Amino acid sequence: MDPEPKKPEDSPSNSANSHAPVQPPSPFPDEVLEKVLSFIDSHKDRSSVSLVRKDWYNAERWTRSKLFIGNCYSVSPEIVARRFPRIKSITLKGKPRFSDFNMLPRDWGANVHSWLVMFAKVYPFLEELRLKRMTVTDESLELLAKSFSGFKALSLSSCDGFTDIGLKAIASHCRNLTELDIQDSVTEDVGGGWLSCFPENFASLEVLNFASLNSEVSFDDLERLVSRCKSLRVLKVNESITLDQLQRLLVHAPQLLELGTGSFLQELTPRQYEDIESAFSNCKNLQILSGLWEANSLYLPVLYGACAGLTFLNLSDAPLQSGEFAKLLAHCPNLRRLWVVDTVEDKGLEAVGSCCPLLEELRVFPADPYDRHHRDGVTELGFLAVSRGCRNLHYVLYFCRRMTNAAVVTIVQNCPDFTHFRLCIMTPGQPDYLTNDPMDEAFAAVVKTCTKLKRLSVSGLLTDLTFEFIGKYAKNLETLSVAFAGNSDWGMQCVLEGCPKLRKLEIRDSPFGNAALLSGLKKYEMMRSLWMSDCNVTMKGCRLLAREMPRLNVEVIMDEESDESQADKVYVYRSVAGPRRDAPPFVLTL
Amino acid sequence: MELVMAHESDLNLKATELRLGLPGSDECEKMFSSAKNNKRASPEMAEDSSGSKGSSDVKSVEHETAPAPNVSDGRAQIVGWPPVKSYRKNNLQQNKTEGDQSGMFVKVSMDGAPYLRKIDLKLYNGYSELLKALETMFKLTIGEYSEREGYKGSEYAPAYEDKDGDLMLVGDVPWDMFMSSCKRLRIMKGAEARGLGGAFS
Repeated sequence: MDPEPKKPEDSPSNSANSHAPVQPPSPFPDEVLEKVLSFIDSHKDRSSVSLVRKDWYNAERWTRSKLFIGNCYSVSPEIVARRFPRIKSITLKGKPRFSDFNMLPRDWGANVHSWLVMFAKVYPFLEELRLKRMTVTDESLELLAKSFSGFKALSLSSCDGFTDIGLKAIASHCRNLTELDIQDSVTEDVGGGWLSCFPENFASLEVLNFASLNSEVSFDDLERLVSRCKSLRVLKVNESITLDQLQRLLVHAPQLLELGTGSFLQELTPRQYEDIESAFSNCKNLQILSGLWEANSLYLPVLYGACAGLTFLNLSDAPLQSGEFAKLLAHCPNLRRLWVVDTVEDKGLEAVGSCCPLLEELRVFPADPYDRHHRDGVTELGFLAVSRGCRNLHYVLYFCRRMTNAAVVTIVQNCPDFTHFRLCIMTPGQPDYLTNDPMDEAFAAVVKTCTKLKRLSVSGLLTDLTFEFIGKYAKNLETLSVAFAGNSDWGMQCVLEGCPKLRKLEIRDSPFGNAALLSGLKKYEMMRSLWMSDCNVTMKGCRLLAREMPRLNVEVIMDEESDESQADKVYVYRSVAGPRRDAPPFVLTL
Repeated sequence: MELVMAHESDLNLKATELRLGLPGSDECEKMFSSAKNNKRASPEMAEDSSGSKGSSDVKSVEHETAPAPNVSDGRAQIVGWPPVKSYRKNNLQQNKTEGDQSGMFVKVSMDGAPYLRKIDLKLYNGYSELLKALETMFKLTIGEYSEREGYKGSEYAPAYEDKDGDLMLVGDVPWDMFMSSCKRLRIMKGAEARGLGGAFS
């Protein structure tokens, strides 16, 4: 196929300019314009460029090589194919985020297949595909493997639908593969045979991540693969790989920048202990470390030699106690990002405050989200301790069982540069545990103090006041997550009428009804999507919204047991592709 | 709000009721009365009985329902809350019970009690969790551990019998070593308990 398709003289255009009067000739020849535009990478910038005038629109579409589609249903494969002739890299996102928490029924959609069929036809030179929250079947992976001879990078994040069979196709047919990155796989029992399907002379891999796939792989084949891929910089294995096996891998790949270990629980002989300790010490370039399943105080010290340069330590699969955690941290002075389980408790977070002055991001996950074992986890004290020691903190995800307004006020005073503030007080509607007041004051402080705030998740007992403050002060807010909060429609209205940069709003179990839903009429077209579940919205309200705003898809997900007038789960998003053609029977497009 | 209880026999229902606020703060309930929340709990909750089947089901991600928990404390569970990703929940919670179905059950006796109990050591991530569980199970307080003086502050001290048949104080060795050497637990009471702790100080 001709890699340089000729430009039609009068290319069909989907831009708003198609009915504009004839424009004066451009001062630049097309080639100059295209050359200049080829330096522009950011899709937001490119979007702006395409709106300037018709010839800029055309120049932009011919020079775009990277495509980002934040909602696969906002546009169709056909529209994309018509507009962009020369795409090499595609990022495609599917399901709404709440699907991560089992809130979407199975077979809801976001199947990549129809996209791949189009890509195979129109973009034979495709090199990269990054999918998030999409269903990817083996058939799709086989199509992918056979359609793009130059294919290099496949990234599947929170995707489901594939097995060993699909991955085998990728391994066998993608001769130029540099990246196979599978994160947070939702798929069960994928099987491990795929790893053995890379050809004997295949050596181009730079990134290999199969940490979230459960099945055992052939260690011998893995070892051979790692030893021949001299450019390997990211290796994340799964739990089936043992410590002594890891040692052998590290000996072959001391150049690694990112390592995800396998299981860290094994009885080692003193010799094995020394060997693995020395293997880690030889990894001089290590910046990112994860995995560490079942790590304990006995074997954590083998890591110490590799920690000096660590910038990201992900302990979210390794519930540690505060003592062993603090000892490990003492060796990691350069940490910028840290993910931990709340078994480290407040004491562990105090150690974070003292050892990690450069910290920018902290995520604390609950070991026991359903509180079955009555574990304490972390409290406001741990968060305070981190905020005192880590003044560069700008990203936090914090799961806790208790919090106070006063603590949050102090925390944001210590760290006013938050861009992402995600606080999850795990009991729904829980007030300030000291004063019994709603947590309104806390989030008011967050939005008033943190002017750069882009993402906010609220929790605890919250009245409409919280949302008044958010609407008034959160000028840069793009994503807001709400659960079990608010008193009345007024709260949601405040957010929709304020927050000029709002793109994603997801709400569950809050008393917002039709009036609130409809107050955002004008806003939704400027947003990527709205999710409302178990609120007070009815079918009538949704139908009204759908009628008033034809360029929005208003979808209601029906529950078997639900009352037919209530709209239990509503998903609203802008689209130029019209209603979904692949909606399952339980998704009603109004 | 619909509440679903799994085992109700001897639980103080009011204390374990899932409420949207501290016990006693009824205004919170009124605030939420307008929110339609009839189907808060997963449909599977109502039929939850066999805990172990439930926990192995969790590994196979069910999109329709939240994982059926081993709800022995009578709490209902809300679908998708707290917002922890399915795969992550599975790794932390189920690794203990799913991959190795055998569990690590040890008998626990308490001085003066007529019958013994059994607990699965694998359910706990460390001493503090184990001790809390023992405190809950036997309705007592165990006190503060210190290396020098053992358990101070109550008349009980947790001890265990190790591989060699010796009676040891819980807490002296690293948790993993304890897990692999503990054969049975014994909660000692009174003078004998004090003897264990203070013997070498």
